[in-house]
Amino acid sequence: MITTFAASLNVGLRRALEDDPKVLLMGEDIGRLGGVFRVTDTLQKDFGDSRVIDTPLAESGIVGTAFGMALRGYRPVCEIQFDGFVYPAFDQIVSHVAKINFRTQGKVHAPLTIRIPFGGGIGSVEHHSESPEAYFAHTAGLRVVTPSNPADAYSMIRQAIALDDPVIFFEPKRRYWDKADVDFDALGRDAGLPLDRARVCTTGTDATVVAYGGTVATALSAAKIAAEEGHSLEVIDLRSLSPIDFDTVEESVAKTGRLIVTHEAPVFAGLGAEIAARITERCFYQLEAPVLRVGGFDIPYPPAKLEKHHLPDPDRILAAVDRSLAA
Amino acid sequence: MPGQPDYPVQLVQPDGRRVLDPEHAALVADVGPEQLRALYEDMAITRRIDIEGTALQRQGQLGLWAPLLGQEAAQVGSAHALYPDDYVFCSYREAAVAYCRGVPPTELTRLWRGVAHHCWDPHAVNMTNPNIVVGSQGLHATGYAFAAHLDGAEIATIAYFGDGASSQGDIAEALGFAASWSAPVVFFCQNNHWAISEPVRVQSATPIARRAYGYGMPGVQVDGNDVLAVLAVTRQAVARARSGGGPSFIEALTYRMGPHTTADDPTRYRSAAETEQWARRDPIDRVRRLLEREGHWDYAFELRVTEHADEVAHQVRTATIDLPDPAPTELFDHVYTTPHPLITEQRREYTEYLTGDPDEASARPEGVPR
Ligand SMILES: Cc1ncc(C[n+]2csc(CCOP(=O)(O)OP(=O)(O)O)c2C)c(N)n1
Repeated sequence: MITTFAASLNVGLRRALEDDPKVLLMGEDIGRLGGVFRVTDTLQKDFGDSRVIDTPLAESGIVGTAFGMALRGYRPVCEIQFDGFVYPAFDQIVSHVAKINFRTQGKVHAPLTIRIPFGGGIGSVEHHSESPEAYFAHTAGLRVVTPSNPADAYSMIRQAIALDDPVIFFEPKRRYWDKADVDFDALGRDAGLPLDRARVCTTGTDATVVAYGGTVATALSAAKIAAEEGHSLEVIDLRSLSPIDFDTVEESVAKTGRLIVTHEAPVFAGLGAEIAARITERCFYQLEAPVLRVGGFDIPYPPAKLEKHHLPDPDRILAAVDRSLAA
Repeated sequence: MPGQPDYPVQLVQPDGRRVLDPEHAALVADVGPEQLRALYEDMAITRRIDIEGTALQRQGQLGLWAPLLGQEAAQVGSAHALYPDDYVFCSYREAAVAYCRGVPPTELTRLWRGVAHHCWDPHAVNMTNPNIVVGSQGLHATGYAFAAHLDGAEIATIAYFGDGASSQGDIAEALGFAASWSAPVVFFCQNNHWAISEPVRVQSATPIARRAYGYGMPGVQVDGNDVLAVLAVTRQAVARARSGGGPSFIEALTYRMGPHTTADDPTRYRSAAETEQWARRDPIDRVRRLLEREGHWDYAFELRVTEHADEVAHQVRTATIDLPDPAPTELFDHVYTTPHPLITEQRREYTEYLTGDPDEASARPEGVPR
């Protein structure tokens, strides 16, 4: 059926609630309102307010109590309303959620899914457009994933909830209203690509563009324009940011010899740096040009009227492609 | 609960009749007809500013607006209790407080239009800019108050926040620090009954003001739609802070008549009946009834207030529409106070990318204003 990204997540959460009585949702405004992006719309009505819980307005509280529930066998799915509000919960996530499995040598784990709408492009005020993925990818014990389209939104949320490791689940908010035809029944619980696998979205021969979350669509637009100009780009949607599927990226770069990584987050010490370093190690002899990064500038996320300059757009990606091809 | 009245402090009833409360009435004994009219005028003007903000958003001139409709008495009453050298830490809804602090109406919308992350110069009016991360300002206010105390400055610092914010760890920690340090800070909770879609019961099983006692400071609940009562209890807390008496907590019971922000749809979570019930407690009507009852209302005054409010709203409107979009290179301004090689490089590269001209790119060093 034709569905939006947000509605696909809603179906995924609904089925997770149906399948496993230990799954519960918690967060601010997720009940009657259905979340500020309506991702949990109607779920409280159908599953009750002890499985779809409107919590007090306290992020450390949300994640900390979810952690406690997980210790008793529940599988909480927390919603953080916006990226910029996860920081009050940062201590709970990195000090406790991420470490419990290691701390107890596998005796206790924390199967939490922490959903975070992230990234910009919706013209919002400060703290509503951040890309904090690097902080979490840098933390051992956490899995970090981000779907870029409605079908992945459904299959990835299902897989994330089923996983025994804690998952930071980033939802690119400017894609919430994107539509696609998704066959939920065919996807089932475990179908779709495995959670930690990248997807080659378009194949190409001249250069590889790695993107994730909100920038996948941007990279695909760039590839379309490049094709008109006679350049063939291979676009990879990373999907999982920790772990990263370097095999898929390596395979592509071995073929194209060129790599451009794009993300909204500032480039300094961002995921692009990690990918550039790994691929340089793995593909040293195949690379025809240095790995280039196209990302946000190393500045606080700017006010809305400037975000179009800050966010990578197809033109900036294409400029990097040109530089790479000229090398 | 010792020291706490079982009802909110009230000095004027919704129909404009005075309430017999000698203790609190004494705190506003000096407020005669002229000052009452001044309170009325500020409330009417800030309501007009607020309506203009919503209209400007609807017309696409603002990206967002957080209406204060219904909370005029809580904001204007408390702001009138402050001295110019007191310092205000606000959330994102205190446009009326800002107006009373002397923020030019032309500076109220910058952030909401998306051209900057701030609205006014904080030190020019001793009031911080809108703060989006809910509750964080409670700690900032406590730190500021303690620093003022260390300096020997006899001022009060006030932190405005909502009922939802009272759940944040930052507010709990602020109460703890303030009590521990006897910091001269006033915690002013505008309990407008809703944190977006969550009723106050989700945040607390007890009146929020009661928490103050657990931390060792007085907590008072006030009818937040009664401007005189709010003025009275805030004066008391401010006087206490300024004279070295330490922190206090005020919970003003009020109601957010509009949506949470212009992006919100309150019909999804609350009943029209509830909103109508609160409309009957309108804070501005109440002062008007009091003035009428006591013979201080006349048509000339009403006309003057309307004209003044229209004029201020006009200023807000034209200033907003005239705000230019920032230049792309402003991305790189003020990230640091001193030059930073990474930013300098990115500014040069991006300017070159935009203009195709390497000379223009290096013409203006970082940090030099245009
Ligand atoms: C730390 C944090 N979490 C979540 C949000 C999103 N948010 C913005 S306002 C709001 C409700 C705040 O309610 P309250 O404190 O009662 O103040 P009010 O808006 O009613 O004035 C929420 C959840 C935020 N801004 N900051």
